[in-house]
This record gives sequence, structure tokens and C-alpha cells, in this order.
Amino acid sequence: MTTKLVFENLKHKPMRSLLSFLLIGVPVTLILTLVGLAHGMLEDSQNRARGVGADVVVRGASTTSVVNLGPPAVSEGYVKFLSTEVPHVTMAMGVINHLVDFPVVMTGINPEQFDRMSGGFEYVVGHQLSGPDDILVDRLYAAQKKLWVGQTFSLMNHTWHVVGIIEGGKLARIVVQATTLQQLDSIVNKVSQIWLKLDNPANDDAVVKDIESRTNLKVNTMEEFTALWNVNNIRGVSEFIYVIMGIGVVIGFAVVCLSMYMSVLQRTREIGILKSLGASKSFILRIILAEAVVLAFGGTVIGILMSYGAWWLIRTFVPASLPMIIMYAWWPIAGGVTLVGALLGALYPGLSAARHDPIEALAYE
Amino acid sequence: MNSGFIIQTHDLRKTYRVGKVDVPALRGVDLCVKPGEFLAIVGPSGSGKSTLFHIIGGLTPPTSGEVQVAGQNLASLTDAGRTSLRKRTVGFVFQKFNLLPNLTARDNIAVARYIGGTGSASEPQFEEVLRVLGIDQRLDHKPSALSGGEQQRIAIARAIVNHPAILLADEPTGNLDTENSKAVLEILRDLNQRLGQTILMITHNPEAAAFANQIIHMRDGRIIEKV
Repeated sequence: MTTKLVFENLKHKPMRSLLSFLLIGVPVTLILTLVGLAHGMLEDSQNRARGVGADVVVRGASTTSVVNLGPPAVSEGYVKFLSTEVPHVTMAMGVINHLVDFPVVMTGINPEQFDRMSGGFEYVVGHQLSGPDDILVDRLYAAQKKLWVGQTFSLMNHTWHVVGIIEGGKLARIVVQATTLQQLDSIVNKVSQIWLKLDNPANDDAVVKDIESRTNLKVNTMEEFTALWNVNNIRGVSEFIYVIMGIGVVIGFAVVCLSMYMSVLQRTREIGILKSLGASKSFILRIILAEAVVLAFGGTVIGILMSYGAWWLIRTFVPASLPMIIMYAWWPIAGGVTLVGALLGALYPGLSAARHDPIEALAYE
Repeated sequence: MNSGFIIQTHDLRKTYRVGKVDVPALRGVDLCVKPGEFLAIVGPSGSGKSTLFHIIGGLTPPTSGEVQVAGQNLASLTDAGRTSLRKRTVGFVFQKFNLLPNLTARDNIAVARYIGGTGSASEPQFEEVLRVLGIDQRLDHKPSALSGGEQQRIAIARAIVNHPAILLADEPTGNLDTENSKAVLEILRDLNQRLGQTILMITHNPEAAAFANQIIHMRDGRIIEKV
């Protein structure tokens, strides 16, 4: 009967109920979208790192985060040293990263080395870099920026010539000649990272130890490196997600509190009727809280649906900048956050309703 | 107090605080009602009849005096105790029907049964009562689709569904036309005569009061006459 009372109450004021569902759904969408973006961007970076085909990654000694977007810090001389002096290393490739438009990074490569290490890009159309002003963009970035092969466009105050559109999943979304990028960034004999190919991937630990013992560089096996692309390893991301969850609780609290407070006011007389029938304070409170639970559940479902809407919009308009994934594991977490907010929000109106004087409530017009 | 009465009050007083002013609503009411009586309480507005009704129904505690309802001393009852009294011992019928607008007539009755803890299944005897009340075909309608007379009959059904010892009716015909008023009053008399239901009815209408076995006149918070 409690269920019936709750659902009939919600049906009785459909617009209020619908607006409550929508508003409660907003923080759910916010949480799922931001978490989906954080995980999507990290997963995308992992995949692109794996796509290089290297076995070991070498970074500058002062690098503190896996997201290495500072100026190149590894001496280019190490490329030759690592490929000639370290046993098991069959090939070393230095690359230069330049943040174009967060989180999109332009990477400078030696095309011939890259093709040998990774097996080459998969071209949707076009071919490998040949001239200093040539540029490759991946399919998503091309779609987002409306670029096509043969077009010239300006980036970093430089005019580029699009020579190929590549499938994503290897190294970067925008690829240029390393020497050109070094000139544009006024970098002399420095690279951001060095990717190493080994004679046998099983030797990666030994190579890492060897390089660490002979240099002060930061060295990781590919397995370690991709594992670093984790929400907990990127400074500020976890805190950002917690803040969004906190905002979710506050919004859920405010929306449900307002909605239930209005609802209790509108139903003062009905509460008086229930009390005249012998309904206890706990019964009245239970109805209000049950309604909040239904609002939270409905809001969560609406929020999940809206997160698919956000996913579609992102994929349609900024697929390269914001690779979002749907995080099913976060559905119950977002629902839980909403439920906590809704229950807290329903508590005051519920207690207020439970404390109504039955005579005054029955006289309420 | 004499246990032969289902309702017994002695020197019952109730004073409301309105702002900084004390307003006495009952000024020493002595009343005894035997089980199975049909009692009408009449009097002008402000005479205290609604307050007496609210105290006997456990909607508000008295300020002083003694009041026993079905063997329970209401003066010493807590809020939870009065809630329990409303659940099982008294049933209310109001002038404005006071049906829950979101629920069908059937569900309005079911809510009372649920709160009263008498189970969800309708008893055959109660189905017969619904037929006698003439509402057995109207149970799946919401109050907005029912006439005033039908709503009041639903309210009566709801009030008696848990077999309360006392039925308290506050101006039950106040919002009804003559024909429906007569029908409701006949139902109340029928319930009293056939089922031995104890009924206290507040009314302004002398014709309605005439349906009761006994009429009590109130004025200025006191009983001034018993007929």
C-alpha cells in the first residue's frame, strides 16, 4: 500500500515528478559523463601507447606524471646510446610531444623509424609524411576539424599540408616530422620520450634495470607504462571526480528537498487524513522517504539515459578531443550518490510532515 | 469511572492558545455514552462540539479533566497512544469527506484497512456493507468522479472498515443536498441499529439530529441540555 500511495502521488503531479526526475538526473549525467571522459581519455592514451609497438619507454628524470606535456627533457643523444650500448635493444625512437588543444597532442616522429617499430599507420586515405610541412591526422580529429587530404591549415602559427588521414590507436592523433616540431618549439637536441624495441619482449625487465643503473632516466616496461594511465595516477583527476560526486549529492539533496517540501505542503490535508486514519509518524515519514527513493531511482535512470545523450553529442562534435566511454560500473555509484542526496533532502520535509498536527492538517485548504 | 460506558468524560476542559491569549473551548464537559448509542451533538459555532469530537477521537489531548474511550484514559495517552486509538477504536466521517484524491474509492478503503492492520483482503461481511451503502459498483472511481453523496458513503465505509468501537461523524451532511443527506443519515441509523455501531454525530441541522437516539446541546464549551 505504501508503494501504491507513493506512485499515485507521483502520478497525481506528473509535471512536478518529471521535473524532479530530470533535475535529479543532472548530477547522475554529470558524474557519468566526467568519469566516462576521464576513463575514456586514459584508455585512449593506453591504446595509443600500446599501438607504437615498443617494449620499453624512457622518459626524462624530472617527469612526475605519466601525462608528459612539459618541454622535452631527454637528450637526443640517448637515442643513439640506447640503441647501440644497451643489450637487447634493437631500435630506439625519440618522439616530441606538443600539447595542441588539451587533451590533443601533436607528436613529432621520424617516419621511417616509426614505420619500422610499429608496422606503420593504417591509412584511411593518403600516405606517410615526406615533407617538413606534412601532417597526418587521425580519423576522429579529421572529422572534428573537418580536414581532408590535400588541405592546408594553420596550427601553431605554421601552415601544414594534410597528407594522410590515419586510423587512431597509434601514438598520437596528430603526427608531424620530429625535426619540424623541434624547430617550431625551438628545441635543440631534446626529445620527450624514447620508445625502445627489444629483441625479445621478455627481456624488458632486464633492459629497464640496465638503463636505470647507467642513467638517471625514468624507464618503464610497456606494461608498467600503460598501467600508469590510471585515474589514481593522474594528479587531480580523483579529487575532481570526488568534487563532482559531492556536487551530485548537493544537487540531489536540494532538488529532492525542494520537491518534497512542496509536495508535503500541497498534501498537508492528505497527511491529516492519513493521521486521522491512525497513520503513525513513522508511516508518514516512510511514505516521504519511499517517494524520495523512487525519485532517486527514476532520476538515476533518466541520468543514465542523458549520459548516453552526452556520449552521442561528444562523439558527434568532439570525438578526438573528448574520447568518452560508458562506465557501467559507475551506474550504481552514481545511483548511490543520488540516493544519499535524495534521502537527506527528503528527511526534513518528511519529519515536518510526520510532525503535522492532524487537526491543523485537516483544516488546511 | 463506570466501565459500562464506551465514552465517559468528567470535567473535561480544553484551552487553546491563540497568540498570547488563552481561548477556552471546553469548560467542564461531563458526558457518558453507552455502547450502541447514536448521539447527536448540536450547538452553534464555537460551542465546543468539534473540540469534544477531536478529543474523543484522539486528535488532540485535553487540557484537564478525565476522558475515557473504550476503556482507555485519553488524558494520559501519549501521541503514539492516540495514534493507536485512531487506528483501531474510532472511525471518522468528515463534512468534506476527506478522501485521498489520488486513490480510487477501493484504495481509500484499503489504506484505512492497511493502516489499521486488519489485512488486505476484503471480508464478505464488508462486501455486504458496501452493497448496502450502494457503492459496490463505484469502487474503482477516484473521488473526483464520484458525487458528494457517493464520496460520503465511501468515507463511511472507510471509517467502519476496521470495526471501530465508535464512529465519529462531523457534520456528515454539511456538504450534501437534501436527498443525499437523508440517504447518509439513514445509513448511519442503519449501521447503529443493525450492527450496534456507537455513533457520535456533530450537526447544525435539527432534522439530522432527529435521526439520533439522544441529542446533546452545547453552548460556550458546556453541555446545556440532553434530550
